[in-house]
Formats: sequence, structure tokens, C-alpha cells
Amino acid sequence: MKFVLRGHEPRWLAPAAVLVAVLVTVALTAVPIRLAGAAPFSAFERYLVTPLTSVHGVQEVLLTATPLLFTGIAVAIAFRAGYWNIGAEGQFLLGAVGTTWVGTTFTDLPAYAALPLGFLAGAAGGLLWAVVPAWLKRHAGIDEVVTTLLLNPVALLVVQGLLNGPWRNSSSGFTDSDRLGTGYDLPALVPDSRVHWGFAVAVVVIVVAGVVLARTAVGVRIKAAGQAPGAAGFSGVDVGRLQWRCALVSGAVAGLGGASQVMGVQHQLTSGISDGYGYTGVIVATLGGLGALGVVLVALLLGDISVGAQNVSLVLQVPAQLGAMFSALLLLAVLSAMSWRRYRLQWRRGGSR
Amino acid sequence: MSINLLALIGAMLTIATPLVWAGIGELVTERSGVLNLSIEGTMYLGAFVGFLAAARTGSPWLGLVAAIVSGVLAGALMGFFVVTLGLNQHVSGLGLTLLLIAGCEFTFRLLYAGDRPTLDEKFHVLFRGTEVVDQHWLTYVGFLVLAPAAWWVLRSTGLGMRLHAVGESFEAADVAGISVTATRYAALMVGGALMAIGGAFLTLAVLGSFTLDIVSGRGWVCIALVIFARWRVWPAVLGALIFAGMDALQLQLAITSAFDAVPGELMLALPYLAVIVALAIGGRTVRYPGSYLKAYRRA
Repeated sequence: MKFVLRGHEPRWLAPAAVLVAVLVTVALTAVPIRLAGAAPFSAFERYLVTPLTSVHGVQEVLLTATPLLFTGIAVAIAFRAGYWNIGAEGQFLLGAVGTTWVGTTFTDLPAYAALPLGFLAGAAGGLLWAVVPAWLKRHAGIDEVVTTLLLNPVALLVVQGLLNGPWRNSSSGFTDSDRLGTGYDLPALVPDSRVHWGFAVAVVVIVVAGVVLARTAVGVRIKAAGQAPGAAGFSGVDVGRLQWRCALVSGAVAGLGGASQVMGVQHQLTSGISDGYGYTGVIVATLGGLGALGVVLVALLLGDISVGAQNVSLVLQVPAQLGAMFSALLLLAVLSAMSWRRYRLQWRRGGSR
Repeated sequence: MSINLLALIGAMLTIATPLVWAGIGELVTERSGVLNLSIEGTMYLGAFVGFLAAARTGSPWLGLVAAIVSGVLAGALMGFFVVTLGLNQHVSGLGLTLLLIAGCEFTFRLLYAGDRPTLDEKFHVLFRGTEVVDQHWLTYVGFLVLAPAAWWVLRSTGLGMRLHAVGESFEAADVAGISVTATRYAALMVGGALMAIGGAFLTLAVLGSFTLDIVSGRGWVCIALVIFARWRVWPAVLGALIFAGMDALQLQLAITSAFDAVPGELMLALPYLAVIVALAIGGRTVRYPGSYLKAYRRA
């Protein structure tokens, strides 16, 4: 048995591959659901369908997907350029720090000044956290995977250090920051829901990123730098500078995610402000094919699974980590299935070649 | 202020042990040209499976065996993704890490639902003397057997040559009759076993219990150590000792009153920052193995 390069790819193959991957993922996760003593079929219904059957559920899905939209597109921008930014987690956290700093320093600003300032500070925080690995990559050739990864735990320590020290809550003494000025509260997108304007900002960012990546000369150069850096350099693209810029934009967008989460949901900094959103962003970006539309669809799907997982763990007593298992399995299954698009298996009969 | 030097060295050796095991595991896989980002998840798996088996059988030895088996399986799975299917090494490694950690957490919560279980019996400290020699046998084996053996095998045996050939140029290795697939699978499975031992050391020898943040980034540190050491065994061991020394010093200073004013988080971040600084200084002229991050397909 061996792999043979396909001559051309049939049109039905990509959707079929995704379908097979989803079925495999469902089949594999049925095992832990059974082990947890629940019926797989009703569990899957609660995972995937129940959140979408009520207005409230859909709103929760949009709310849960919001940080993933930011981190997903952030990772996609960097990956497109061939810059392996695994540090969206840290950049997200530092974005939250930046927003909290302005939000607790300039507390009396009215909303029209506070909200842009909050987002700006978030973007700046994320960008700054992305500078060191990007600089080391460009000027010393240090692998960015390692440096961005190592800065994630450091970012969490920065948050914890601030909350244990100077930013400890001045009224309760708990390790949460003070509440941001009320001007920083992102209004609800739909009245009486928890979905806030951060979702709209995320969509705007994704649309802009999508247009730039898919429709402009810069986008073409980014793609060239990512897919064939040698050829891109030969044809006059400064690959190093392009990756440096994409790395910084990626960090800034991840930082916007932190800003949105602080201003829209928590209204203060907590050490649990990111629920692994930066790491999940890698799943979102990769499954979404590093494209804007794909990122939106996958973020909504993972939002759906995550809301469903809360639901299942409450009702059926299955640990909520099943949601994370499902996402990771889906990632690996889809990637595996997609590899069949380029190769097909050829079974060799004994003797003949 | 006084620092107990013996205690410091003793703590350093203990902290360095999982880094030596898992770091050499990562080094072996990277020598074959595979950046194995599943290391964090594989260490976590080893820690959890080792604990689970030891808790169920009452024997830390059976726990260790179970951890090794789980590590070999995790390596084989990584091999399926990056060798057989030729997927992107970054994404499949990270995906596998997320899957393994989520899977272990799921099982842990299912079985222990909020309890904090402890082992009836864990590995004992081998000697009783001063803090420096009060170490677990896995520490002794890691420094005195594993590291020299890995150095010798990688440098002077046919096996090591094969690995090196595949890592540097898989086309040439293939032409010379070396199976790229088999070599990479073997490297991943051996490496996975070593990573799992590194994780199991934390539960079976140090803690005697399992917590959800047990590995807490040690796998990522190993990846940095291997690049810092430029894929050589002794510099990697040295790097592990330096990192562990910083960590042990940080622990000592945290209980020293003169350093009360320094935030503990800054101390905790020091080892990570030190690795980045070391990379920035020592990693300037890194020449990566020729087939690093590439999937092999016979033309």
C-alpha cells in the first residue's frame, strides 16, 4: 500500500472528506460519552442542536464565538504569511491588560471616547507582546514557535502578578482588578442579550482581513511568502518584513480579542479572562483554511459545541472537557481527511507493481 | 539572608529530571526532522496514565510501565499524522497536545469528580543523606544512564547515523536504503516513551498524586532547550540544569524574607525569560536539520 499523487482533485472530494472527518469525530467521541454513562445520541443532540433551538441559545453561541473570532483570524493572518504564531494566548491576555489599564486609569470617559480607547489599548498590548518573538525571528532567525509559546505562560504570570499586587481589587481585596469605568461597557448588540458589540467589531476585523488577504496585492504577497518563501523572495517580496508586519498585526488582533472580552463580558481583569482562546484560535484558523469565511464558520461551530458542552455537563453529568476533546479531534480528523485530496491510496497486489 | 546551597542543588537536580527525560525524548524525534509539539500533551498523558495505573494496581512500577506504553502510542499517533499523512508538524503536534490534555482531564474528572486522590505508594527517594544525593532513582538513571547512552547512541552507532541521515537529508537517506518512514516512527515512539517517563516522574516520584496543572509548560521548555542545545545531548542536559537552577533559586528566594518585595510571579517567569534570552544569545547561528518540518514523499 502506498500514497500516490492525484492528477486532479474531483469536485466532490473536499466536502466528502469533511463529512467523513465529522462522522469519525462523532464516532470517536461516542466512546467517552458512553463511558460517562450517557446516551451518545441524545448527548450529541444537546451538543450540536439544542443551543441552536432557542433565541437565548443562539445568543450564547455568538457570545462564546466572539473571542474565537478574534484569535482565529489573528492566527490565520500570521500563518498565511508563514509565521507560526502560537502566542495568541499571551497576546490576548496582554490585550486584556492594556484595556484594563486604560479602563481603570481614565475611569470617567464617556462611552464614545472610552470604547475606542479601550480597543486601542487592547491592540497595543497584544502588539507589544508580539514584538519580541517577531524581532528575534527577523533579526536572529530564532524559531518563533518556541518564543511565542514560551511567552504564553509568562503572560499569564504578568496577569497574576498584577492582580496579586498593584491591581488587587481595592474594595473586595480579591485577586480581580477594579471594575472598569462604566463608559467602557460594550453595549448589547441585541437588547436584553449578553451578545455585545465586540462581536460586531470581530466581524468587521474579519471582513477587512478577508478582503485584504483575498483581494489585494498585499494579500497575494502574504500568501506567496507563506507558501513559497524562496520564490516570493526571488520575485522581489521582502519576506522577512512581510512576516514581521503580519506578526504584529496578528498580535494586535489577538489583543483586540482580550479588549472585547474585558469590556463586553467581565468588566474587570481576572486571571481566567482567557479560557485557552489563543490555543483554540489555532484550531479555528487551521480548520477554517486560514480564510475569513472559514474562520467565521469554525468559530461559530466551536462556540456551538462549547455552549452545548456546558449544557451537557449540567444535564447529563458528562465533564465539560468533552467539548475541548471534540474540537481537537475534529481538527486532527479534518486535517487527516483533507490530506486525501492530494494523495490517494494505491493497494499493491502481491508481486505485481 | 542565607541560601542553603545543598538544598538548592538537590532541588535543582529534582526539577531538572523531567526536563532531561522529556528533553532527550524531544531531541531524538527532532534528530529525525520532526518537531514534536505533542510533547506537552505526551508528558501530561504519561503523568496521568502513570498515576492511574499506579493508583489502581498499588504499584508505581506498573504505573511507569503503563506510562511508557501510553507514550509509545502517542508517538505512533503523531507518526500517523506527520509521517504517514504528511500533515503540518506544528498544527498536528499542537492539536495532539490539546486532545491528550482534554482527554486526560475528562477522564480524571469522570473518575475522581473533584477529589484529590493520592497514591498509596510512590517511588521512594533512593538514598538518605544530604539533600544533594537524596534523589529518586529516575533522577540517577536520567543523568547517569539515559544521557550518556543517548549521547553514545546518537553519536557512535548505526542507529544514530540512520537518524542523523534522515534528519539531515531524507532524499539521500532513502537513496542509501534507509527507510525514512520506519526511522521517523521509531524516533517518535522512543521519544514519546521518554516524554511520558518525564511526565510520570512528576506523579509517581515527586507528587504522589495528580493535579490538572501538573505539567504546566515543562514540555514547551524542553522544546526550547533542544533548539538552544542545537540538537546535542550534553548541552541539552546543561540547559535543563540551568533552567532548573533558576527555578530552584526562585523557590529558595520566595521563602527568603529579603526578597519579599519582589513579586513571586516575576520569579516564576524568570526561567522562561532566561530560556528566551539564552536562545537570543546562543541561538543566533542555529542551523536547523535539513529535513526539519518537512514531510517525506518519494517522488
